[in-house]
Amino acid sequence: MYAPYPENMMESIKKVEASRAARMATEPRRLTAEEKDALLNEFHPDRKPDAFAEIKIGPNKGQKAPLELAKMLHSTSRILNEKIDLSKVDYDVDVLVIGGGGAGSSCAIEAHNAGANVMIVTKLRIGDANTMMAEGGIQAADKENDSPVQHYLDCFGGGHFDAKPELVKRLVMEAPDAIKWLNELGVEFDKTDDGRMVTTHGGGTSRKRMHAAKDYSGAEIMRTIRDEVINLGIPVVEFTSAVELIKDDKGQVAGAVLLNMETGDYSVAKAKTVVIATGGAGRMHYQGFPTSNHYGATADGLVLGYRAGAALRNQDSIQYHPTGAIYPSQILGALVTEKVRSVGAQLVNANGEAYIHPLETRDVNASGVIRECKEGRGVEVPGGAQGVWLDTPMIEILGGEGTIEKRIPAMFRMYMNYGIDMRKVPIVIYPTLHYQNGGLEIDGDGFTSIPNLLVAGEAAGGIHGTNRLMGNSLLDVIVFGRNAGKQASKKYKEVELGNMNLDHVQSYDAELKAASLETGEVSPLLLPKYARHER
Amino acid sequence: MEKMVNVYFFGKKYSVPASLTIMTAMEYAGYTLKRGCGCRHGFCGACATIYRIKGQNELKTCLACSTQVEEGMYIASIPFFPTDKRVYEIKDLKPNQQVMMELYPEIYSCIGCNACTKACTQSLNVMQYIAYAQRGEFEKCAEESFDCVSCGCCSVRCPAGISHPMVGLLARRLNGKYIAPEAEHLTKRVEEINNGEFDSMIEQIMQKPITEMKELYNTREIEK
Ligand SMILES: Cc1cc2nc3c(=O)[nH]c(=O)nc-3n(C[C@H](O)[C@H](O)[C@H](O)COP(=O)(O)OP(=O)(O)OC[C@H]3O[C@@H](n4cnc5c(N)ncnc54)[C@H](O)[C@@H]3O)c2cc1C
Ligand code: SF4
Ligand code: SF4
Ligand code: FES
Repeated sequence: MYAPYPENMMESIKKVEASRAARMATEPRRLTAEEKDALLNEFHPDRKPDAFAEIKIGPNKGQKAPLELAKMLHSTSRILNEKIDLSKVDYDVDVLVIGGGGAGSSCAIEAHNAGANVMIVTKLRIGDANTMMAEGGIQAADKENDSPVQHYLDCFGGGHFDAKPELVKRLVMEAPDAIKWLNELGVEFDKTDDGRMVTTHGGGTSRKRMHAAKDYSGAEIMRTIRDEVINLGIPVVEFTSAVELIKDDKGQVAGAVLLNMETGDYSVAKAKTVVIATGGAGRMHYQGFPTSNHYGATADGLVLGYRAGAALRNQDSIQYHPTGAIYPSQILGALVTEKVRSVGAQLVNANGEAYIHPLETRDVNASGVIRECKEGRGVEVPGGAQGVWLDTPMIEILGGEGTIEKRIPAMFRMYMNYGIDMRKVPIVIYPTLHYQNGGLEIDGDGFTSIPNLLVAGEAAGGIHGTNRLMGNSLLDVIVFGRNAGKQASKKYKEVELGNMNLDHVQSYDAELKAASLETGEVSPLLLPKYARHER
Repeated sequence: MEKMVNVYFFGKKYSVPASLTIMTAMEYAGYTLKRGCGCRHGFCGACATIYRIKGQNELKTCLACSTQVEEGMYIASIPFFPTDKRVYEIKDLKPNQQVMMELYPEIYSCIGCNACTKACTQSLNVMQYIAYAQRGEFEKCAEESFDCVSCGCCSVRCPAGISHPMVGLLARRLNGKYIAPEAEHLTKRVEEINNGEFDSMIEQIMQKPITEMKELYNTREIEK
């Protein structure tokens, strides 16, 4: 018999196999609104009070943030004691885009096409970003039985009615055009022979509107728009992080202080408009969770925006993706795309029970996994951690032989790397830190309260309320990235910059001192501290 | 005790837990990675690596984030490789054989050694997708190269100096834009939205009080 797992896991698999036929004959029941609330309250990591701290200074003073984020907000600027000569300007542009992921790249393309002098600075290489990793797909209401209004309802309700209506409106109304734009740039969406988009459900969708490019949806989008950025000749300064915004004496944003990640040298970028597109925060490892995010996801944009006076929104709402890899250890935290459930796999506990509908919203499903493990129905993996099964062999039974390799090749490859054939055996999962639901607050046009400062993508808050649906983030990145590019290139024409300064960094520090905050750390974090040093 | 293995980073020996990937083993050894590390989960191609197991003849290529360490590995990361991307305006191209001849003429110097395929970290049939590109069969080239993460390991090994990932990328863009049939329902929906057909409905739903939204949401019909 094929046995890629230790004995205790193989024993449990027997129960999963025994119940499979019966499970496939019935769809697990959907939870009622009350049942969902109860489950979330008891088991969702966001509802754990001691994992949050009060923010002591700044626009969101008195509100909660995850401990690790609060610590960064309460830490000292990296350049507090550096002599940065702002009169020596290294780059002078109309639009400065911070972050070369999906939002930053689509923003730069639109700004360039509108005639602006635009530049991207990015911490690693362009495309070393969460966007590159998105697997499952991108939502848009473009089928006959669907409409932007239906999409609005799913997004707003799925986000617990906490989103800003004007942002949800832009998201859903511009969604079909975003798909069309990508398709015309050459993104290969899954289509049938007559050109119809192949669309599926995602957690919390009421219509099948998930468009995909196999399970490399984000990679296909990112590599295409990256190629376009290069073709257009847009300057991209790689291995360079923004560490602080620069303002002028009129209180407008005026650029950013940049750090060369390799040499440690600082430089100055002057800009009439600045777009923060720095993405998420998975590498902050809130509550010690492993993460699906890329190496540079450290909430930098939130920290530097906040220090310049921009407010946060829903900063205490984090998305734990229900299905992160928990075994083998080499892929701990890696995402197992929701698409695995979209194409048929059920969540099954150690006893072989499909204890929940696999396509509840992510927060509900994550809470469900945590409940099963806490209440003794989890599967123990080597090392002592627990998870539940994702019954992948169902996919081949439902969709026919070859479905896994065709529809979720990246997942198949990831597990085969370690000798686990998910066509034959289920895989074991546990929630992974996945997405920052909140971020810097923006208005309907993408602007913050600081003049000429915009935010796009995962760094922005308010679009998804307190829970984002699968496929709405890639969408948000394209819709709000493009929008930021268009808005910034309209705006810069009217901007007259005054004298540049870093006074806000000094005054923030004075506030820290007045509140007796001393964390002993500097922020933003830039990179997680993974290197082990023996002494 | 954890099982340990000896590996050599740039020729220097380190003892590391056998369960680690090359990437986490480097961190275990004390490296703070700046280059050669992006997604950490096999999607971005930042971590191209070349290694030889001591005593074996074969040079292997891999992704450091997705490869477990082995005893006696001599490891060098490839933090950057000068692949040569040609610049074009996608909207001015036509999806015919001519395009490749103009933009990537070196693909016609392929000597069929298959080193690219052997080097591919994604187990793609790289030589085959280059052959499709030569013949202007972009749909097939796109399909065969689809899972490429642009790590460049194939190009490192190619005697003809071909930039394989760039060739695949061009084929996919041509296929996505020109060859795959248009999604008519998409074009139609974009027109409807531009004509303002959903404007009043979306304004209405935006105005609704939360209690009503909750009712609507909780009772919405879900497509089977
Ligand atoms: C594994 C995974 C799977 C996902 N699957 C899906 C999916 O199927 N569907 C979906 O809709 N969404 C999905 N998401 C979410 C979605 O991919 C991301 O939320 C989205 O792509 C974020 O895009 P972004 O441009 O805002 O940020 P990113 O793409 O992360 O880009 C941010 C960029 O900013 C750079 N940066 C950060 N700090 C600085 C700094 N200080 N200075 C300069 N540059 C900086 C980063 O290095 C990075 O390049 C997934 C996410 C992950 C991690
Ligand atoms: S074909 Fe792509 S994935 Fe394979 S080695 Fe070449 S660049 Fe890497
Ligand atoms: S390595 Fe280069 S020359 Fe050899 S088969 Fe591949 S493309 Fe042709
Ligand atoms: S770090 Fe992205 S593929 Fe290895």
